[in-house]
Parts: sequence; structure tokens; C-alpha cells
Amino acid sequence: MELTVNGKTRQLAPPLSVAQLVAELGMADRRIALELNGEILPRSEFGQTLLAGGDTLEIVQAIGGG
Amino acid sequence: MTRAADDPLLIAGRSYQSRLIIGSGKYRDFEQNRAALEVSGAEILTVAIRRVNLGQQSGEPSLLDVISPERYTILPNTAGCYNAGDAVRTCKMARELLDGHKLVKLEVLGDRKTLFPNVTETLKAARALVADGFDVMVYTSDDPLVAKELEEIGCVSVMPLGAPIGSGLGIRNPYNIRMILENATTPIIVDAGVGTASDASIAMELGCAGVLMNTAIAEARDPLLMAAAMNKAVAAGREAFLAGRMPRRLYASASSPETGTFFPPL
Repeated sequence: MELTVNGKTRQLAPPLSVAQLVAELGMADRRIALELNGEILPRSEFGQTLLAGGDTLEIVQAIGGG
Repeated sequence: MTRAADDPLLIAGRSYQSRLIIGSGKYRDFEQNRAALEVSGAEILTVAIRRVNLGQQSGEPSLLDVISPERYTILPNTAGCYNAGDAVRTCKMARELLDGHKLVKLEVLGDRKTLFPNVTETLKAARALVADGFDVMVYTSDDPLVAKELEEIGCVSVMPLGAPIGSGLGIRNPYNIRMILENATTPIIVDAGVGTASDASIAMELGCAGVLMNTAIAEARDPLLMAAAMNKAVAAGREAFLAGRMPRRLYASASSPETGTFFPPL
């Protein structure tokens, strides 16, 4: 299935939960926030949320800024 | 005599000993930022919210690994947002990122060259965020009517610019800041424009509740020394404000007695 993560498309094999995707991206231990199709997905729901083809994710972190 | 401990800055129910808020942009590295924060005495640090850099993530520390949200109040900003929708979305991401932390710095920009606020979109975003339970500290122009409206919407702090972001031009219109202060019911914090220590003191002497700055420290030749200077400048300006300055006079007023001289007076 095709997912769009931070503006770039990726091919990933289902079934895949958000938690699995985040782990695959090497961000399981990082302080991040995630939007799935434009809505915030709380971290507590990463494990139970399965991704589907066409899903769009935004993953953000805090960086330096004024 | 008033002491700093008796004169805290109150924002959204929390009290701070320091009236200086600093940014985390433009530093050489996280360590320089952390050291500047410590020397500045600031207890609130602004951060930006951006996409994670996929591919080169794991292993690298992130800003919040170096600067602890347990020790400092992290103030996520909406820098880079040019409409209310993007700003609200950014704040929601920030709240999730910081485990439900409600304090945000709202800034909706109008144009890349001036980084002046888009006031119409700022008001719209402020209404939406306050309705959603956020504690909103809002960057705005130095227009007293807009500042009042932002207070009436329920923002916890109104933060007029002293000059364009990153310009270092100082407080260009102290009279507008004074008008904002005259009607203020929330802490008024000068956000943007400060270039050096005297600018920060001027803001505080006007009666501002605090000063927010980033570039003035980060782009100084010696950022840590400037952070130390800003710490003192903000405290000195506050003390001078509380002390109440002497009136300005056009002509001199002798400090030594003009009588009792052993030579004939003029």
C-alpha cells in the first residue's frame, strides 16, 4: 500500500499499525506528534490504529525557534 | 524595597522569577542554547514545530533531550504560519507533543519580508485556540486596539513587537507600547525587535511584564555573555520601573547645596 509520510510517498506492506510504522522510521522513543489524515492521533492510539493505502501522515517534533 | 521574589511574572496560573523569555533558534548547537538559557536566567523557552527529518533521525539527540521540559516551560510557537488554520493545527500538534501542555505562542505572519503579523488571521486563530482550551500568548503589532481585542478574546499574554523579528532595531514606538500598557489587564511582553541590553531595559522601564528575544542573544558575537547581559538588563529595567524614575527637566537641578559657599555666590 502507498502511504504519504511528511510529504513523501512510501510503499509499505499491510497490515501495519501506526506504532509499527513509527518504529520502522526509528522514532519509537522520540518525542513526536502525529497527524493521520489531518487529525491528531494520540500516542496511546498508535498501537491499535491500522494504516490503509492512501493514508497521509505528518510527524513533527520540537526544534529550535524564536 | 520590592525584591524579585515578591514580584513574579504570572502567566496562566504559573509564576516565574525571571521576566525574560528566550528562543531556541539560530544557536550554533543545542549545547550553546542550553548554556545561554542557563545564563539568561529565563524559565520559558520558545520552540518551533517542524516535520521530523526522516532517514537521519535515530541516535541524534533532539532539542527536548538537551533542554528538559521538566525543568523549563516550553513555549511552542506557530512561526511559519500565514493563516489561522495552519496556526491552530500547529498548536494542536504541539499540545500532543508536550503531553497536553496548553501554553502556546501564537504568531500568524503576514509577509516574509517584514514578518509583521497578519492581525485578521491572528484574531481568528486566537478565538479558535481559546475556545479549544489553549493558554494563548500572542505576538501582535503594537496597535493598542488590537491588543485590547486579543485580551478580550481571552489571551493570557499580549506580545506586541518592538520592531520586526530579528531586526535588532529596538523599541521603535515606545508611545504605542505605553498606550497598550495603560489599558492592559494581562501581562504585556515585548516580543521581537530587541537588539541589545538597553532595548530590553527600555521595554521593562515602560512597564512591560517581560521581554521575549531570540536573535539578540543567538547572533551576538558571544551569545553567553549577551545572555548574561539580558538577564541583568531585564531585571534592572523592572527595578527601575518599580522604583519610579525622576521627572525629566529641561534645565539643571544642582545636587550640592547652592548656599553656604565660602566665596561670593554668582
